[in-house]
Amino acid sequence: MADYKAVVIGGGPAGLAAALAAADKGAGTLIIERENRLGGILKQCIHDGFGVIRFGEKLSGCEYAQRFIDKVKAHPGIEVRLLTFVIDIKKSDIFTITATSSRGIETITAENLIFANGCRERTARQVNIHGTRPAGVMTAGVAQNYVNLQGVLPGKRCVILGSGDIGLIMARRLTLEGARVLGVYEAKSTPSGLTRNIVQCLHDFDIPLHLSKTVKRVFGHGRLEAVEVCSVNDKMEYIDGTEEIIPCDTLIVSVGLIPENELAESLNIPLDPRTRGPFVDQNMMTLEDGVYSVGNCLHVHDLVDYVSETAETAGRAAAGSKAPRELLDIEQEGFLYLVPQKLDLDSLAPETVFYFRTAMPREAATLDVTVDGEVVFSKKYQNLKPPEMERVEVPLSPKKGQTVKFFLSGREVK
Amino acid sequence: MRLVCIVCPNSCLLEVEKTDAGVKVTGNKCKRGITFAIEEVTAPKRSLTTTVRTVFEGFPVAPVRTNGEIPKEKIPAVMAYLKTVVADKRYKAGDVICGNVLDTGVDIIITIDMDQEG
Repeated sequence: MADYKAVVIGGGPAGLAAALAAADKGAGTLIIERENRLGGILKQCIHDGFGVIRFGEKLSGCEYAQRFIDKVKAHPGIEVRLLTFVIDIKKSDIFTITATSSRGIETITAENLIFANGCRERTARQVNIHGTRPAGVMTAGVAQNYVNLQGVLPGKRCVILGSGDIGLIMARRLTLEGARVLGVYEAKSTPSGLTRNIVQCLHDFDIPLHLSKTVKRVFGHGRLEAVEVCSVNDKMEYIDGTEEIIPCDTLIVSVGLIPENELAESLNIPLDPRTRGPFVDQNMMTLEDGVYSVGNCLHVHDLVDYVSETAETAGRAAAGSKAPRELLDIEQEGFLYLVPQKLDLDSLAPETVFYFRTAMPREAATLDVTVDGEVVFSKKYQNLKPPEMERVEVPLSPKKGQTVKFFLSGREVK
Repeated sequence: MRLVCIVCPNSCLLEVEKTDAGVKVTGNKCKRGITFAIEEVTAPKRSLTTTVRTVFEGFPVAPVRTNGEIPKEKIPAVMAYLKTVVADKRYKAGDVICGNVLDTGVDIIITIDMDQEG
């Protein structure tokens, strides 16, 4: 007998929702969280816009998390271990987790594992910024932690590299707190954050957005003194002669998020190179029986509402009894990625929820789903953009041996 | 004119036309887009989220937000005012820390339970 029916690794939005769904189905559930409070990254997301789909309200990230935290704390079927870090997982007929905390090294056994350990930010060094190593170069999430949790302003004259949502939100936040944001630089020719964030975070505060420009070098000893920005072509190569030096004391990089899957990889769970998270079936179960992946370690989401939804799917499944699976691969064309990538034919619901991102901006797009070449579902979209994830419910009931294909077509927008 | 709706993450591209009969809005996926567009071209409003200082060790700032929208041009004044506000008790998420901030008719509410470990 395992100590718990389900052990959830990570106490952010994905872990909280997964644990609640599992425990509501009667599973003895444990959440392991490395920080001193539940909530994950939402602790520092003081901005609003969370929960519009789920609660029909515009909540701050903190409030969204609080609603789940209140339920977790009140639930008799959920235990929480804070300031506890998982260092190893071994698989036999059950999973044996080794964790470290102020109590020392402990082992915990689980019938099912739910990975909900989120993602990491890419750093300045991972995008080839050259130069010295002064203080004042940080990721957007670190800057957000300084301002929103620690109450300190990390700099006075800031340059932001990358137009991801966190970078845009930090541009507004730093401006409100009295810093000067000199500009947001984006190497690509289109912004990567949501359009509403370009409007309400940059336009509202007259912060310039420079597309097809990147930061090439940083200068300064001790503290950052300046950055060199430079135009790039569509192959991301520097264009000689376009360099410009911008004096500043802070460089904030918001250049993408990487799902954190070291623990999953230690169990040899195969990852999808497109999502950088595990391949999963419609229950969010990875190719390893009894191991689920939810939230941003599965794929990077832009809306927490969908994180909660998929986490609940996994939580419910993890509370059920184990049964052998009949997995069918889903073929795909035209997507940046499509999740789930597999179907378990033995546990199909009448409709299956899929999440996808288009490979490129498209207008008048069509999603077609075929089974053995015959269209069984079709949906039209006015606009599709890679930064905006779509959710679609597809009625699917293929048989073993059939070919299921998702095909996205439509006019490419340059 | 073209506007991007900021009500929800859908970011609808709105076409807004001022006519004698009023403001005509197209491109919105829901009716909130119409309200947004009309306000945006007459008296733009925004919600504001920020933090206030606290007196508690290990919990230096607490997140707050407006519980409605305030005129966009009042944002600097409200920010300046909130710099003077200090949370001196353990508020719960949703508690009002300043009512009717600067006569906007909107309250500032705390957005976290402050009884958690810092």
